[in-house]
Amino acid sequence: MINKEKKSIISVKNLEKTYNDEGGETHALRGVTFDIASGEFVAIMGPSGSGKSTLLHMLGLLDKFTGGEYYFDQDKVETFSEEEIAHLRNKKMGFIFQAFNLLPKATVLDNVKLPLAYSDVPESEWNNMAVKAIEAVGMSHRIHHFASQLSVGEKQRTSIARALVNEPDIIFADEPTGNLDSRSGGVVMDIIKRLNYKGKTVVLITHETYTAEYAERIIMIKDGKMEFDKPVEHMRQAGEFKK
Amino acid sequence: MQLKHLYKTSFTGLRTNKVRSLLTILGIVIGISSIILIFSLGKGVEGLITGELSGMGADTIVIRPGQQPTGLNDFSETLFSDSLKSRDVEALKKKSNVPHLAKIAPAIIVPGRVSYRGETFKPMIFGWTAELMTEMFGVEIDSGDLFYESDIRSKASVAIIGSKVKEELFGNEENVVGKNIKIKDRNFRVVGVLKPQGQVSSFNVDELVVLPYSTAQIYLMGIDHYHEIILKADSPENVSQTVEDVKDTLREMHDITDPSKDDFFVVTPEGMLEQIGNILDALTLFLSAVVGIALVVGGVGVMNIMLVSVTERTKEIGLRKAIGATNKDIMIQFLFESMMLTITGGVIGIIIGMSLSLITTIAILSFTTYAWSFSFPVGASILGIVVSGLIGVIFGIYPAKKASQKSPIEALRYE
Repeated sequence: MINKEKKSIISVKNLEKTYNDEGGETHALRGVTFDIASGEFVAIMGPSGSGKSTLLHMLGLLDKFTGGEYYFDQDKVETFSEEEIAHLRNKKMGFIFQAFNLLPKATVLDNVKLPLAYSDVPESEWNNMAVKAIEAVGMSHRIHHFASQLSVGEKQRTSIARALVNEPDIIFADEPTGNLDSRSGGVVMDIIKRLNYKGKTVVLITHETYTAEYAERIIMIKDGKMEFDKPVEHMRQAGEFKK
Repeated sequence: MQLKHLYKTSFTGLRTNKVRSLLTILGIVIGISSIILIFSLGKGVEGLITGELSGMGADTIVIRPGQQPTGLNDFSETLFSDSLKSRDVEALKKKSNVPHLAKIAPAIIVPGRVSYRGETFKPMIFGWTAELMTEMFGVEIDSGDLFYESDIRSKASVAIIGSKVKEELFGNEENVVGKNIKIKDRNFRVVGVLKPQGQVSSFNVDELVVLPYSTAQIYLMGIDHYHEIILKADSPENVSQTVEDVKDTLREMHDITDPSKDDFFVVTPEGMLEQIGNILDALTLFLSAVVGIALVVGGVGVMNIMLVSVTERTKEIGLRKAIGATNKDIMIQFLFESMMLTITGGVIGIIIGMSLSLITTIAILSFTTYAWSFSFPVGASILGIVVSGLIGVIFGIYPAKKASQKSPIEALRYE
């Protein structure tokens, strides 16, 4: 299903994740294979416990997979050191979490600047870059407010600005509207869609069809396996969203 | 992570829990302020003793009866020993025995009070020579005159008194020379009054009453020995030779062949300084060990709070890792925070220690006549900062390592 004209930014083959706990082995992912092209907007859907979040954590290099292969930007992930992985997360990836994960005692500006602290960007440029990212999500009027003073929608927009500040190639959004009302959720999804228009690859985890429709392609995960991988347009034409 | 950002992050972390941070560093504050206080007061004591001993003059040698005291019990032996007699003084005076001797005088310490027409005062009464007294203490006569060799030979009942003694006995009376004061029911004619001088060496000159030693020995104490023989070498360089000559002479006079059986001991300012220095060093070492224990306890407190902080901020650690922090970044952040905590404790400790030392100095200067001086122990302060920083590193390393090794996703999921 990958757009063949564009190069693949993510390529996974038979990706597996098995947890060893007291109760024995738990297979969270059972051999998932797909590619994501640069600039694509892909939604990974699935019911609760299907393994979609686990998949996102593998793709975002937040967790280690136990089987299969993962190529990020044509490079085999297994060969990366801990430092290289941290650098990749900082430079090429942006994360939007369902729970926002903002520092409550820091201002919007300081929260957005946070990824720059771990980059090689000179400190003199931090403010400009952060202000630009904050403007992009329409949060300039709250720039000096503490994160704890923001509404949930504003918190998620701040978290998007933080994901953007380092100008990453890919944005991983884990249920970004999960804690929002439908109006705020719509605003957030519009921002994410706009980012994709501007060339950012977006990988969205959601269980809501309404949110998944913003994507170009949907990968459905069930019981750790890929159930289907279809373009949204085809699904829409087939009337699958009405079900 | 850049230093400025590191500082800001750590400062915010500590400021968030102000009371907890302050309570955590209390142990470090107490430890470091104790170090500063010990060193500052130690320097004060050292300065005081050095000043007092140098007031005696580097060429002064004191011979005391009995064996050199090594403990408190031995002091009584020194006080009641009667081994120093007038024939010893005569032998020491001989050029052939002690060639570098410049001056010699025995001393008698007279316990008791002085009185004048119902007014009494408890001064320090010394039977001595007026000449050696003025030379050793550098004091001058305010009114009247000294007593001389002839007065010593004739065992004259004359006295030189300090300004405080005059004030206590005679009040505002101006001319007191020629008046009789009573010591142990015997009249002594005041021949001279000393100028106010305060503390010199271990004596308060203003509270002195100096009598001819012969008079004090025979009429007041009724003894045939001396409490001390004080002598001066002709130059500070010849002090050690003179000490040897004195020992040889006295051993010969007392038929002593084994030096360990000496019935006298010789004290020089240098020797006393060394001895007191050793005592002070041992005391400082002991107190430092006690402070060391306090600092270790403080360090354990810091470690405990840092572990709590790491647990509380697990989600933050996960986030930082997700946005690009390496294990090293997280480790440095928590180590820096721990060091900031302990160094802040160190700085507060230095300020408190210095303040306590200053208050002690003011109290000593206000209520005593000691020539005490306040000193800022630069070395101890630097040591305090270094030690508190080290405590931060030593006790912060485990929590910092624990924080750095958290898996980003597990940390993000932590509730």
